[in-house]
Amino acid sequence: MSLTLAHFLALGGILFSLSVAGIFLNRKNIIILLMAIELMLLSVNMNFVAFSRFHGHLDGQVFVFFILTVAAAEAAIGLAILMVLFRNRSSINVEDMDDLQG
Amino acid sequence: MTIIELVFYLFSTVLTLSALAVITVRNSVYAALFLVLAFFSSAAIWMLLEAEFLAITLVLVYVGAVMVLFLFVVMMLDINSERVREGFARYLPVGIIVALIMAGELMFVIWTKGAEKLPLLPGQTDAGSNTAMLGERLYTAYLYPFEIAAVILLVGIVAAIALTHLGRKPQARYQDPSRQVSTRREDRVRIVSMPSVVADQQEEDEA
Repeated sequence: MSLTLAHFLALGGILFSLSVAGIFLNRKNIIILLMAIELMLLSVNMNFVAFSRFHGHLDGQVFVFFILTVAAAEAAIGLAILMVLFRNRSSINVEDMDDLQG
Repeated sequence: MTIIELVFYLFSTVLTLSALAVITVRNSVYAALFLVLAFFSSAAIWMLLEAEFLAITLVLVYVGAVMVLFLFVVMMLDINSERVREGFARYLPVGIIVALIMAGELMFVIWTKGAEKLPLLPGQTDAGSNTAMLGERLYTAYLYPFEIAAVILLVGIVAAIALTHLGRKPQARYQDPSRQVSTRREDRVRIVSMPSVVADQQEEDEA
């Protein structure tokens, strides 16, 4: 039994489920929420790379490149917003951010 | 079991365990460091899939830039970990249930599509460098999306600086480049016209 496509897809699926569980567990801590989002993007990228290898076509890797770019910009802006938030109210607890009364 | 399978199982075990540690560990600094470990092991798995350029990019961009940013922010903020953790035990059952259902659904899809019978292609090792081929695709077929990605990065830079920039402090000393550039010679150098007394004195000394 050699490595098949299913091995890599299963790994991506496990990683995605773990990060969804992480969003449920750490719903108070924005930093861990951002890290769980990074893990989700990583698992999606794993699927892209596996399919790219499976089809023998490089377009999947090009898409991973774009996802990495967008994820880096997202992390930078998210952390900047987090800094401003902490500067204004000295807390990053999600429960303190209820000004919109949603 | 071949060496490739051994490498795959080793690194995927490390990847899964470090992902588990990211979402369960108490200290956010440790979570960031476990995320670094997860990125390293998935870079190794991408190497196995012959995506060498992306594996190196993952380590350089993610571990080198994004995770350092995360660590900076985690260490700059003063997080009350007790208060931030307080819903953990309450949401643990629902989190586990949702993760199990989602993983089960994904495995079901993979299994019904018969992906375990689909071997990977032998690889493109003879087709040339992965980086060169990727660059060729990026600069021909994907040139326009590539430019848009560059603009998105620029927007990220401008937004991050605009959000966190506090403005100039009133008591701080700073340089004004426009005033520096528009300086004229008359502002800096004053030429004084003086009688040449020195020459007369020398003549007197000689005499």
